[in-house]
Amino acid sequence: MAPQAFIRVRGLEKQFDGKPVLRGVDLDVAEGETVVVLGVSGQGKSVLLRHLNGLLKPDRGEVWVGARLLNRLNEDQLFEVRKQVGMVFQLGGLFDSLTVFENVGYMLREHARLDEDELGRRVARLLALVELEGSEALYPSQLSGGMQKRVALARALAFEPRAVLYDEPTTGLDPLVAEKINQLIRNLQKQLGFTSVVVTHDLRSAFAIGDRFALLDAGRIRFAGTAEQARASRDQLMCEFLHAAL
Amino acid sequence: MQGWSGRFFAQVGEVTLLSREFFRYLFRRPFELRPLLEQLDNVGVRSLSVVNLTAIFSGMVLALQMGRFLERFGAKIYISRIMGLSLLREMGPVLTALMIGARVGAGITAELGSMKVTEQIEAMRALATSPVKKLVVPRVLATVLMLPVLTILADTVGIAGGLVVAISELGISGGFFYRSLLQNMTLGDLLSGLGKAAFFGYIISIVACAKGLNATGGADGVGRATTSAVVASAVSVLVLDFFLTKLFLFL
Repeated sequence: MAPQAFIRVRGLEKQFDGKPVLRGVDLDVAEGETVVVLGVSGQGKSVLLRHLNGLLKPDRGEVWVGARLLNRLNEDQLFEVRKQVGMVFQLGGLFDSLTVFENVGYMLREHARLDEDELGRRVARLLALVELEGSEALYPSQLSGGMQKRVALARALAFEPRAVLYDEPTTGLDPLVAEKINQLIRNLQKQLGFTSVVVTHDLRSAFAIGDRFALLDAGRIRFAGTAEQARASRDQLMCEFLHAAL
Repeated sequence: MQGWSGRFFAQVGEVTLLSREFFRYLFRRPFELRPLLEQLDNVGVRSLSVVNLTAIFSGMVLALQMGRFLERFGAKIYISRIMGLSLLREMGPVLTALMIGARVGAGITAELGSMKVTEQIEAMRALATSPVKKLVVPRVLATVLMLPVLTILADTVGIAGGLVVAISELGISGGFFYRSLLQNMTLGDLLSGLGKAAFFGYIISIVACAKGLNATGGADGVGRATTSAVVASAVSVLVLDFFLTKLFLFL
């Protein structure tokens, strides 16, 4: 592991309506590695992920991205962090009133002063990365689930982020399409070298894309390690998880 | 805090917080004209038929009721004064606000609510843009600007409706109706109605936005948010009307 992790979470606690969801999460994600956060549904995986780009504020604990401590930043300062940390949402989160072109080019149009020709070239290049060339004029409702995920991925990569957060990237997709998305995530990660944090309960996906794994249970990280360490682990829940995946 | 009082204060809190955000982003550059123009069209132009229809029938009914009542005291010549006063100061702004609350307010909540439950609002924040700047500011601004304009229209159409009834049912001449109206109405009558309309526009749209942005739980949640936005905006308009009337009479 790199000496100084790019994303560092220390003692993160969060509750909703008095119900604790995270009870002291510690997590390190080194520059360029892919960490998969596992756990059964409703254990706060997505909540943890939303702390890594400041969509949620911690009740206690610290979240660092690079040299920035997110706790102390206001929404405007968090915008600077989010330009470096892209996010792919579980439901895609595509703007359904905008075309694929406008969705993918959204951040560039908002934050980079590009002329329309340059914007067009950049969007075309991003769509080529996710193998969706020529789909600029379509609306999200005209796309299949897998295609929507790919557009969401292209949109997250538009500002050339240093890290990408994935919330359940393969949920709701059939196994073949899920496989393709996993390959795409893996390839892009290798090609562009960004840091990734993936939240999923789909173990096949997890092992297909992850360098390291963290198991979230009852609001804490119960296990963290590589695939070999996970297989060698005697942790009961981790064993159950692995068993279910085989 | 539990029960309806807890919910009430939670909602007041949501609206207050959103109001603060609205004013924070209202004057922040860049000012985007296109979304504002789209909303002006949506709030104003596309509400013309419903506002006109409401106004003309309200004006006609008012003239009919008042005319018959005044006739008993031989006072039907006052019909145009009463019409003017009640339309300009009260019925014009309030009825327009109620119709816009139902049409535009419900639309705003349904739109923002479905964006919320499909993660589009979060996506906006994740893409380093503010949903308040992008969605709330143009909608609230358009409603605040358009409601007084629609009110002027409703006043005019309502009085025209009353004029038709006065001529056909009460036997009052059009010229007399018109002169009596102009002699008795002051600019203050018109302005107090328009001032109210602007306040109503603000409360309708900010409540609708707050309800939409705080919607949870899928289509069902969006439906509930929309219903409660319409109810809340109608109640707010009527309550606010009382206090604004007090204020404008005092001024």
